Amino acid sequence: MIRRLIVGCCAGLALSGIVVADGVAPDAVEIENLAIATPLTSTVGNAEEGKKIFANRKLGNCLACHANSDMADQLFHGEVGPSLDGAGTRWQPEILRTIVVNAKAIFPETVMPGFYSLDVGADVRKDLIGKTILSAQQVEDVVAYLETLK
Amino acid sequence: MNYSRFIAAGLGVAITTTFVAATVVAGPVEDTLVIDDEIEIITRAPSSEGHPLPEVISGWHYRTDSTRAMEADSFANGGMLGVEQGAALWSTVEGSEGKSCESCHQDAATSMAGVGAIYPKWHEESGRPMNIELRINACRVDNMGAEPYKFDKGGQKPLTAFIKHQSLGEPVKVNLEEGEMQKWWEAGKELYYKRTGQLNLSCASCHELNNGKHIRADHLSQGNVNGFPTYRLKQGNLISLHNRFRGCIRDTRAEFPDAFSDDLMALEVYTTWRGQGLSVETPAVRQ
Ligand code: HEC
Ligand code: HEC
Repeated sequence: MIRRLIVGCCAGLALSGIVVADGVAPDAVEIENLAIATPLTSTVGNAEEGKKIFANRKLGNCLACHANSDMADQLFHGEVGPSLDGAGTRWQPEILRTIVVNAKAIFPETVMPGFYSLDVGADVRKDLIGKTILSAQQVEDVVAYLETLK
Repeated sequence: MNYSRFIAAGLGVAITTTFVAATVVAGPVEDTLVIDDEIEIITRAPSSEGHPLPEVISGWHYRTDSTRAMEADSFANGGMLGVEQGAALWSTVEGSEGKSCESCHQDAATSMAGVGAIYPKWHEESGRPMNIELRINACRVDNMGAEPYKFDKGGQKPLTAFIKHQSLGEPVKVNLEEGEMQKWWEAGKELYYKRTGQLNLSCASCHELNNGKHIRADHLSQGNVNGFPTYRLKQGNLISLHNRFRGCIRDTRAEFPDAFSDDLMALEVYTTWRGQGLSVETPAVRQ
């Protein structure tokens, strides 16, 4: 029991040790038991911002694949993934973080892109090599928004 | 910590919601395509042996009522303007030999009937598959003493559309027995399933796994190639096949290959095979 606590504590330290200015580097994110327990940044996610990122075609573009009743005012919700109504009830925040960071860690064959992962496809556009789709803070904002989908 | 309870619950719901979503998806529209009340178009066909999908379906079935109606009426089909330009180019003399296409091939309605349905085909001299665009260029250089068309430039799109249109209604068939076509088919298949770009998607991610579903406003089809060059309403112009390929690859946020490169020729061989049995629809009308 004590040992488990110590291990947990050290893992936490190890993570916080590599928090850089804009958050943990994508290749240093630790996924354990399918969860990312520690937020990627020290700034708490902002659900309002997350909502904008979710709909923005140049950022999350989550609506391309997911329906979301909270955005009934937006035309055209995608059907490629499941509806996200109730996602905040279905999933713990730590799991939602993993889904957004790298959905393949939970659904191995999924078509959902990894939004904070360098595990990407071949021939990435030159100016995007080594870059993630969202920033660490944007992931935290989207996760905060998903938690509001009850 | 123990998340398994939440994961189990989450997965359970995810599976049910996916299932529910799948039953409300629009899917391909039930309809039949007869152009000008005369030419019957095969828009659904049993798939070739070894095909992952049970049936091949033309992109026409995934378009709106008005777009489908436009293709059924050649006066309404904006692509027919391009076909007429192609007809004029057919008889236009160019190059040092003082010849036009017509000088050698006479009436396209006879000489080109069925030709567009069996391309791409093996070309022994160049040791690679040849599509209609490359065939036109070879004739221009070797027989007319003219410059080859640059990709999508000059008369390339209208002349290709004109030649393919001579096979309107003919079922597409590629001959994989000739030369090294089988090898190119295999290379094309590999590319079809290769995930590319920052978004990490393959052709199959959209056109095999998710055809019939909407990706935002777009209704995903099987990505069949039987209608090319197609008339796209968005551009108000003919769009070539390799331009479409490059657009789809670009949308995965990847670098895209050159037109007529080995990669895109292999993809053309493979996707043409996937749509075998569907009629040539050139110029098909798409969004
Ligand atoms: C290209 C399609 C695509 C995009 C874009 C996409 N997703 Fe997904 N997503 C999926 C699919 C498909 C699944 C189902 C998992 C699987 O593949 O089995 C999924 C699953 C999920 C789930 C778990 C499903 C549930 O039961 O709630 C969440 C949460 C989620 N996505 C959130 C997001 C968010 C947030 C974004 C944008 C930042 C996003 N997705 C963008 C395709 C996509
Ligand atoms: C992110 C999703 C996505 C990916 C990945 C994708 N496509 Fe597409 N593709 C589309 C959409 C959307 C359309 C327009 C609607 C339709 O016909 O599906 C389209 C249309 C097409 C068409 C025209 C179909 C017609 O009926 O005129 C072809 C051909 C095609 N795609 C081939 C490919 C090939 C080959 C690849 C891989 C190199 C590919 N696509 C990858 C989304 C995608």
